[in-house]
Amino acid sequence: MPLIIKLLAQRIALGLILLLFVSGLIFAGTMILPGDVAQSILGQSATPEALANLRAELGLNDPPLQRYIQWLGGAMTGDLGTALTSGADITESIGKRLSNTLFLAFWAAIIAVPLAIFLGLLAVRFKDRWPDKMISAVTLASISIPEFLIGYVLMYLIAVKLRWFPSVAMINDGMSLGEKLGAIALPVTVLTLVVLAHMMRMTRAAILNVMQSAYIETAELKGLNGFQVIFRHAFPNAIAPIVNVVMLNLAYLVVGVVVIEVVFVYPGMGQYLVDHVSKRDVPVVQACGLIFAAVYIGLNMTADIVAILSNPRLRHPK
Amino acid sequence: MSEPLLKVRGLKIGATVYPPGEKPHDIDIVHGVDFDLQPGKVLGLIGESGAGKSTIGLASMAYGRGGVKITGGEVWVNGRDIMKSDHGDIRKLRGGEVTYVSQSAAASFNPAKKIIDQVVEAAVEQKKFSRKDAEDRARVLFEKLGLPDPQNIGDRYPHQVSGGQLQRCMTALALCPEPDLVVFDEPTTALDVTTQIDVLMAIKEAIRDTGVAALYITHDLAVVAQVSDDIMVLRMGNTVEYGTVDQIINNPQEEYTQALVSVRSIEHEEKEPKGDPVLSVRNITARYKGTQFDVLHNVNVDLYPGQTLAVVGESGSGKSTLARVITGLLPPREGEIEFAGRILSPDLAGRSREDLRELQMIYQMADVAMNPRQTVGTIIGRPLEFYFGMKGAEKRQRIIELLDEIELGEDFIDRYPAELSGGQKQRVCIARSLAAKPKMIICDEVTSALDPLVADGILKLLLELQKIEDVAFLFITHDLATVKAISDNIAVMYQGKVQRYGGKTKVLSPPFDDYTDLLLSSVPEMRLGWLEDVIANRKMESAGN
Repeated sequence: MPLIIKLLAQRIALGLILLLFVSGLIFAGTMILPGDVAQSILGQSATPEALANLRAELGLNDPPLQRYIQWLGGAMTGDLGTALTSGADITESIGKRLSNTLFLAFWAAIIAVPLAIFLGLLAVRFKDRWPDKMISAVTLASISIPEFLIGYVLMYLIAVKLRWFPSVAMINDGMSLGEKLGAIALPVTVLTLVVLAHMMRMTRAAILNVMQSAYIETAELKGLNGFQVIFRHAFPNAIAPIVNVVMLNLAYLVVGVVVIEVVFVYPGMGQYLVDHVSKRDVPVVQACGLIFAAVYIGLNMTADIVAILSNPRLRHPK
Repeated sequence: MSEPLLKVRGLKIGATVYPPGEKPHDIDIVHGVDFDLQPGKVLGLIGESGAGKSTIGLASMAYGRGGVKITGGEVWVNGRDIMKSDHGDIRKLRGGEVTYVSQSAAASFNPAKKIIDQVVEAAVEQKKFSRKDAEDRARVLFEKLGLPDPQNIGDRYPHQVSGGQLQRCMTALALCPEPDLVVFDEPTTALDVTTQIDVLMAIKEAIRDTGVAALYITHDLAVVAQVSDDIMVLRMGNTVEYGTVDQIINNPQEEYTQALVSVRSIEHEEKEPKGDPVLSVRNITARYKGTQFDVLHNVNVDLYPGQTLAVVGESGSGKSTLARVITGLLPPREGEIEFAGRILSPDLAGRSREDLRELQMIYQMADVAMNPRQTVGTIIGRPLEFYFGMKGAEKRQRIIELLDEIELGEDFIDRYPAELSGGQKQRVCIARSLAAKPKMIICDEVTSALDPLVADGILKLLLELQKIEDVAFLFITHDLATVKAISDNIAVMYQGKVQRYGGKTKVLSPPFDDYTDLLLSSVPEMRLGWLEDVIANRKMESAGN
């Protein structure tokens, strides 16, 4: 078997094992949380018989391992159980929320990733001159200010004073794509500002590292100009570290947007998770945890796969 | 005489240096150099490291590495002073009129792009040829340079061809845009001798057939004598001597040039083996973990006390692997190592402190074999403490003795490795290994990274120390001149096997086996026409067969 296939298979298998391990961790973590679900559903005045009946009905008396296997089996077949508080099917309600979160993350990524890489290349081209310093200063400032503060400041300036975009990012199925984009303009801007600096600085560092190589000198001695050298000769060799940091930030856009979703009242996974944590709705928390873990592991696995595929020694063995 | 293609007048080159703990300041690297190069001629620039030869070569392309910049003088290419040219003109010059072949083609090719894309890039970018014409031209050049499968080799990636092939691809890259001048910067230095001779011939023929002029930069006078019309000898940024190749080789005027011409003239009488061997390598077969083939096949050699066994071979011959087996870093699959009358544990972890003390090692790269944060005294004192428990004045006294033995002296004791030259660093490494009072030292390519004159000094020192300390050397090298200079016994290795083994005189006298013959005849000799003679001889032999 070619080495590259073996490496890819190994990496994918490792991702799946990791996900299995994390699912166990999530289940165990929610198990040992203090408090009793039946009690919190029925309230303090519930009779012991009612509590016992509800526990039996919810399967809380079964051994933990059996419940874990049942839960995992259900999750793998797309059945995440029912919410304790509302009795709604979790898969169905999460599906809607997840697609909203992915919608927001997608548009933030579409803007942030190319912009970050472009700014990184620009910073390399004008290294230690004013464009480089300005890009560094602005992106560092934007990552240093807490995201909720940027959110509220933009909301005040753009939504309240200028009235360009709405302050509350409510979207529903009836809206056209344009209307939806208008609604999420502010949260997308804030997310872009938050993830930009990290990706831009890693792009800059990765390419500067490659720029030390002898083949960059060869390219310069061919009479190529600065951007040609960077695009043609440095960038292809810096893909692996850049993709790595891009994937980390994409993962953040999906699982780390809780604060932004709350600030802008956006109907995504973050809001949904926060609501149900406060209601101690364990199945929903488990389901959200599992999905977030899957997104994180999946994106990092993708980064590793791209890194393997971008290595010419593995792609074209001797 | 026609107008020279390259005219250099009073060229001064400087750089800003940032020494630790001092203010940055400017230093001069080249102090006013003049030369002319006529179209189609080859000028050899020769000197040791730090002579400024590469810096001068790159200056002809208006390029300086790091903070290096031209500070004075004139550089005229094709009747234009490139010091007064703007950015656009300089980009046309680079890759169009003047091209560059570097020492390490492996590092100078972009690993992520196909060879053909890189070979034609300058020609297409400079609008000298269309993409298709450039590719056709590249294939013609591949063929002319003797590359296998010239039609398709360009579709490979750099890691898919050998080092010698890649160096020829780099020459094709430089010749593809039909430049007027090619700067060859040590193009064969990183190659094995048997590969070097082919690449050298390919370069020479390519220069002759295309009528291109060349600056040929090297530290090896014997090599440059084969390809140049004129030679300029440089030392520390100054011209020492400048003349025709015939005059420099056969009638050098300056003392320094004479030293370069007569380098590697150390004579060493072969000693008869006496007593029992200090080291017996018996039937060693070894392979690296996770691989499917043996890198050493049934190797048997003996090393006698106070003598030198040279293990010579090209890269991949298994000579360094043999050192790893002897030191216990790679336990062999079969065979055993007898050392000072006892069988050594195959694994390093199983060896006693006495085993470790009596078997020391010196490495090729002295810089990385020393802790840059420790002084010379600490570095040499460490084995004294570790093996003999020496402390205080006694230790200091012994360190000073060792420093005297390596001809450095007491005032080096508080210096850091960064304050030493390459040769001095290697001397400190020698003192460190001697501090353990070993019976045997493995010397792994210890002179390969050094300039010829410095390397000579190290070899003389090693011979001297062998007399005083009665220590045996296992000398691993690819350089046959070194082997001739220092060894008593020689083992020629090829593809993991000992091809030829015995006393120096016997091994180096005919009749030879095919490989030893090839190896010996490939070592450049300091005379004009050597390259043509060897190639002609080989052609006759192969015709005779």
